Amino acid sequence: MTTPQAVLNGERLALARMLTKVENNSEEGRLALMELFPHTGRAHLIGVTGAPGTGKSSLVNQLALHYRKQQNKRVAIVAVDPSSPFTGGAVLGDRVRMRDLSGDPNVFIRSMASRGSLGGLAQSTANVVQVFDAAGFDVVIVETVGAGQSEVDIARLAHTTLVVEAPGLGDDIQAIKAGILEIADILVVNKADRPGVENTEKALKTMLELAHPAERVFKHHGTYMGVAAPKSNLNKAVWIPSIQRTISTEGTGIAELVDAIAKHTAYLRSSGGWALRERTRLEVELEALLREGLMNKFRESTTAEAFEQALEAVIQRKVSPWEAANDLLKGSTA
Amino acid sequence: MTEKKIRVLVAKPGLDGHDRGAKVIARALRDAGMEVIYTGLRQTPEMIAEAALQEDVDVVGLSVLSGAHMALAPRVMELLHANGQSHVKVFLGGIIPDEDLGSLKAMGVTGVYGPGANTEDIIRDIKLAVAG
Repeated sequence: MTTPQAVLNGERLALARMLTKVENNSEEGRLALMELFPHTGRAHLIGVTGAPGTGKSSLVNQLALHYRKQQNKRVAIVAVDPSSPFTGGAVLGDRVRMRDLSGDPNVFIRSMASRGSLGGLAQSTANVVQVFDAAGFDVVIVETVGAGQSEVDIARLAHTTLVVEAPGLGDDIQAIKAGILEIADILVVNKADRPGVENTEKALKTMLELAHPAERVFKHHGTYMGVAAPKSNLNKAVWIPSIQRTISTEGTGIAELVDAIAKHTAYLRSSGGWALRERTRLEVELEALLREGLMNKFRESTTAEAFEQALEAVIQRKVSPWEAANDLLKGSTA
Repeated sequence: MTEKKIRVLVAKPGLDGHDRGAKVIARALRDAGMEVIYTGLRQTPEMIAEAALQEDVDVVGLSVLSGAHMALAPRVMELLHANGQSHVKVFLGGIIPDEDLGSLKAMGVTGVYGPGANTEDIIRDIKLAVAG
């Protein structure tokens, strides 16, 4: 009963079970993905990332409510929380903030544990998203684990990436570091009723101005001076992330955020960015599959003893890890 | 990473706000290597069954300290069956009088645990029940 056809027909139990098979990377799941793939490519994938406690889950709840009530779109949510590095267990608590969505047959929420993956998503999150896409959900919202600075996998998966900040989490030096802020298509300052919201917004604005200099006029020693925007060597329009204030517990700023997401979608469609992101996403997937396939091929063609011997030689400093790896690759038929 | 993880929904149906027990259990199951989906307080049986379906769990753990277990547990079981999830094992924890144990077992509740229950026992019972 858990057939790809049942998933395409919108059977919820079949969908739930298929997600498990795909999440576990089972043979059955892989075969199903092959069948489902031609039906993918229609959903708008929205990524939501940010530090723990910035209100990602509550924001996802509000976004989903808005898409349901104002636009009657079918919404799937994939919420990733971390697995324990010691036991492999996990407590997945994102649903606690999403109780408003309960009872709506056009919403489907799935919690995922990261299962050892470090980029903010689980290894099979992209495949889980594909199943939702094939099942006909218009919007798939992916919430990452509470991300620090470099969990940026989501930018390679989503069409539109929201980075959620909250007041009081860091100064303007944090804002110019490489990493998570760079991947934002839209910056969300959540908990905007908290003190310090102006400072947070200012730091983010400064960061954006450094990245995207524009013409500006300012006062210096009493004289007004103008600085022209530097000539961009790109002719096409550049997307400058907007900063949106929200209070997700009250739903404030959500309509504006949804508008900003729609603007970003329109930009992607008109600039060719949509196709580029599709290409990047599928390229990453293809490469990952190749890597996995080559690794499996290598494992089949070499013995555990050969690997142990090489490892032992490295431990005793007889050969370097580079030489050992080369020898193993030469010895195998892969 | 292809090993099948045990997925457990820990839910608090009904109107009491005492969620310490549920959190202790969630934490203990996590430390036993299970993936625990925690739903939070004041869930209706409908919400619990819906979450159990979406998350494709193996086990539902209900924590009830309000005395309403004889109304809530059967309703959750009924909804799980209606959704095609008869295979899901239901465990119950809380303040459950001894005289209710028989009828709870009869309606298909796999395990019932009161105050002072050992989490090791609960983990063992869950693993046994899921292995079937």
